[in-house]
Order: sequence, then structure tokens, then C-alpha cells
Amino acid sequence: MSVTQNDAGGATGHQHEEGHASAMFYVWIGVILAVVTAVEVGIFYMEALSSIEVPLLILLSASKIVLVVMFFMHLKMEPRFITGLFMSGALLGTFMVAALVILYHFLRPLQVISPFAGG
Amino acid sequence: MPLDTIETNGRNDMAQAAAAVDDHGHTVTGISNWKVGFWTFIASECLFFGTLISTYMVFKGNAVTGPYPADIFDVLHTTVSTTVLLFSSLAMVLALYAVQRANKKVAIFWLLVVIGMGATFLWMEGTSYLKYIDYGLTLTSSTFGSSYFVLTGTHKLHVIIGMVWMSALIWMIARDRIPPAKAETVEIAGLYWHFVDIIWIVIFTLVYLIQ
Repeated sequence: MSVTQNDAGGATGHQHEEGHASAMFYVWIGVILAVVTAVEVGIFYMEALSSIEVPLLILLSASKIVLVVMFFMHLKMEPRFITGLFMSGALLGTFMVAALVILYHFLRPLQVISPFAGG
Repeated sequence: MPLDTIETNGRNDMAQAAAAVDDHGHTVTGISNWKVGFWTFIASECLFFGTLISTYMVFKGNAVTGPYPADIFDVLHTTVSTTVLLFSSLAMVLALYAVQRANKKVAIFWLLVVIGMGATFLWMEGTSYLKYIDYGLTLTSSTFGSSYFVLTGTHKLHVIIGMVWMSALIWMIARDRIPPAKAETVEIAGLYWHFVDIIWIVIFTLVYLIQ
């Protein structure tokens, strides 16, 4: 199996197909995704890992995304131009989520106004 | 510069642009216009779901009234539905693999599996929705409820659109309208389905596991 990324301007759509992996390879990727999901749920229930739970879960989630994008979506075999196109949206979206979470949960938590509060 | 010269230069530019596209609709990058356009759409969808996820993350801990995430989420139930959706992505890539090898019956089989798994996912999530509503969590009950239902509901709408798309592909494959040379039609539908899967991977971690 040969899965390599083409340089921009290098290959046509037909050439991409030649680089696709075997069906068994995809099955293994599916199995790995299921195993990583099981590990995530295991971490969620393990009290001992609660202090490092969040970074571990984000890391495992990111690894699943990378597997799907690289092999199921065949980004590994597309020209780098496509990688840049996808990453621009993905990174901007990630930055936006991270920035707002940091802003509202750590720097300036929302002031909850209770309808039952007096005054 | 005379007006007729400008007009001629304009035509030359258009001719050069046209020359960059070959007979099969491939750009100078070697990728078809459809695929470039679809990857651009996916990049924009990242930002679209980014706003919904941000909204949920900001509001989930600020609900004045319950129920709260920890009170109602059944992680094991959602783990099963997540696994079903992950395996539907595998079925999708196997459908593309079959189309590229002119294996019509196998392609239709795997696309039916994708639809079946999508329906199972929707059914499982639908039962969760009913349970949450029983607990008192609705679209208008709290900021948590509003942001949760808008985020996950938008994702489910994407799953439904994907299932309709897969049904159309089955219809086209059954009528020999997608030969191996046109496998990109299935590949682009696959990109959409895998992206929907990716979004659920993010939602599963940020919404259900990190409460």
C-alpha cells in the first residue's frame, strides 16, 4: 500500500485513485477508530485520570479526526493545496472555539443573572 | 490606453483562464473544480460548526435552571451511536472503493449500509432527545438546552441530507450513471459524510465526555 501526498500541480484525479489503499486497510482504520473511542470512554469513567482527562480526551479526539481526514477523506493523497484549504477552515474554527472558551470560562466568566434574585 | 486594446487584453485573460481548465473540468492544480469547490465548502462548514460549538461551550455552564449536562447525558448510549456513525464512514469508503472497481452491487450494498447506520444513529439520538425532554430539557428551557439542541440538531440535519444524497447515489449507480471514470461523484458525497462524522467526533468529546 502506498499512500503519499502529491505536490501541488502534480497529479490528476485519476492518478489519485492509483494511490488508494486496500479495503482491508480501511477496515483497520475503522477498528482503530472504534478502539480509540472505547479508550476515550474508559478515561471518562476513570477517577484516577480526572486531572489529565481534558487534554487526554482532546488529544485522542484529534487523533481520530486526523485518521478520518487523512485516510477516509484521502487528504494524504491530495495535493498540498487541498490540505491548506481544509486546514485554513479547521484551524480558524478551532481558534475561535478555543478563544471563546478561554475568554468566557477563564478570563471573564459570564455573570449569570437569576430571575429569582432580588433587586 | 485605447478602449479596444483593453477589451483585447480582457479576452486574452479569459482565454488563458479557459486554457487552465482541461476537457474533464480539471484545474491547473490537477484537481477537478467540483473537488476544490467541495473542500472549500467543508472549510466553511468548519467555521459554521465552530460558531455552534463555541456557543454551546460558552453557555452550557451558565444555565440558571436545570437539568444540567451531568444530570441527563447517558455516555454509554451515545458511545454506541458514535461507534455506529464511525462505522458508517468505513462503509462509505468501501462504497467508493467498489465504485472505483466497477463493482456495482457491492457499491449499492455499502451505500445501503451507510443509510442504515445513519438511520440507526438518528433513531438512537432521537430516543435520547425524548428522554431529555422528559427530564425538562427543551429548546427554550435554558441556555444549555437552546445551545445543545441547536448544535446537535444541526448535525442531525446534516446526517439526514447525507442519507438523501446516498439514496440518490444508489439510484444513479443502479442505472449505470456512475462508471469508475465518474467515481468522483461518490468521492465527493463521501467527503461530506466523513465531515459529518468528524463533527460528531468533536461533539462527542466536547459535549458528552468533557462535561
